[in-house]
Amino acid sequence: MEWKRHDLFDLQDLSRAEIELILETAKSFKEVSTRDVKKVPALRGKTVVMLFFEPSTRTRISFELAAKRLSADTLNISASASSLSKGESVLDTARNIEAMNVDMIVVRHKSAGVPKILADHLSSSIINAGDGCRAHPTQALLDMFTIREKLGRIEGLKVGIIGDILHSRVARSNIVGLTKMGAQVTVCGPSTLIPIGIEQMGARKTYCVDDVVAESDVLIFLRLQRERQEEQFLPSIREYAQVFGVGPERLKKAKKNVVIMHPGPTNRGVELTAEVADDPRSVILDQVTNGVAVRMAVLYLLAGAQR
Amino acid sequence: MTPVSKIMDEELVRRAVIRIAHEILEKNKGTENLCLVGIRTRGAVLAERIQRAVAAIEGVDLPTGILDITLYRDDLTRISHQPIVHETCVDFDITDKRIVLVDDVLFTGRTIRAALDALIDFGRPECIQLAVLIDRGHRELPIRADFVGKNVPTSLEQDVKVVLSETDQQPDQVVVVEREGE
Repeated sequence: MEWKRHDLFDLQDLSRAEIELILETAKSFKEVSTRDVKKVPALRGKTVVMLFFEPSTRTRISFELAAKRLSADTLNISASASSLSKGESVLDTARNIEAMNVDMIVVRHKSAGVPKILADHLSSSIINAGDGCRAHPTQALLDMFTIREKLGRIEGLKVGIIGDILHSRVARSNIVGLTKMGAQVTVCGPSTLIPIGIEQMGARKTYCVDDVVAESDVLIFLRLQRERQEEQFLPSIREYAQVFGVGPERLKKAKKNVVIMHPGPTNRGVELTAEVADDPRSVILDQVTNGVAVRMAVLYLLAGAQR
Repeated sequence: MTPVSKIMDEELVRRAVIRIAHEILEKNKGTENLCLVGIRTRGAVLAERIQRAVAAIEGVDLPTGILDITLYRDDLTRISHQPIVHETCVDFDITDKRIVLVDDVLFTGRTIRAALDALIDFGRPECIQLAVLIDRGHRELPIRADFVGKNVPTSLEQDVKVVLSETDQQPDQVVVVEREGE
């Protein structure tokens, strides 16, 4: 199969074969990070800009390492330390960056659709590193990569996503990607945090954590996004932890080889307890390791395509 | 593409591999510190065959690795889409080892240049030698092979196709084919 895409906005745009190509390519890149010399010259001379309008540690560092391990030059721009705080528009900032002849822009913004708008006006490759509550495609790709690595397949698996679905771009991208790959996704959380119409994306919904824990092959916990709780979605964090948080007692009902995942950062004691996060079946740190390989694959594939 | 001539059959390929194995052992005075690294895809197959031949002669299993050189190509920015990357698997330390790099056809020398760069990222071998089944000439870089199965004079309008049973599901052979107008 030939890769033709120049940008990555959303898994919705990709075919199953394209997702499979990314996951296969990532497998080869994973080996690069285990070498003494963790670098290959594939993107030598290219410049990758991390343009982050929202705070991020994991995703930004992961993209930066991925670009560096491909020998690209990297540049970091965060909203607080740039002209954005002086009133410049997003598009103007991006245009100015592109005027310095960069090749790829990795963008995160609190509004859905910003990556697409940038791509409409710029010739650089645009990679979505999270736009609002809409999509976070590389997170879903690395989750799928990790599931395939642990269980050998995605087709036919039952995946439970527990937590704040409403504000979660990770949940949306995972629902789209996993469903496309043949898994059955069930979302679970308080009714105020499950968006209306989530079934139309292909997911089932339930309000009962015990059911979802018992039937799933994979459990993806989401962080309760305190910074997005300005409206009263919950009586209290404590109540959420009691009703929806998963601890060792609840986990006893899970399948023996269940895979426990979390996109991070984890709030221990809220969505899951420390015992669950550190359970031998937890692959939270594998997800981080695999993130670099998956992002290397994405950068490598996009760099070769013409718009 | 129309075949012009079959230059090697199963029997000739088999003998060439055995002769290369003998030459490698002779030149390196045995198997000490010797390792094989095949370049994906057919070089890897040939490296395995040389490994088996050496095992039959000396009773020693040489460490054998597989190299994917895609990420080291010098034309990545010039081709229209990215070639598929496969896994590299060199699970032994190559530092201070005598490495025999194995490929099917030696042509411009650019693949070997990429492979040398890739190998040196894994460590600092004592030396690197090159074994190829076919040397078809037309070098664009100062590279030569230490062990050659067969020298085949070709024109630039021709292609050399190596067919190996492991990768192509048909009996081994080497044919020269005429490239149709590009």
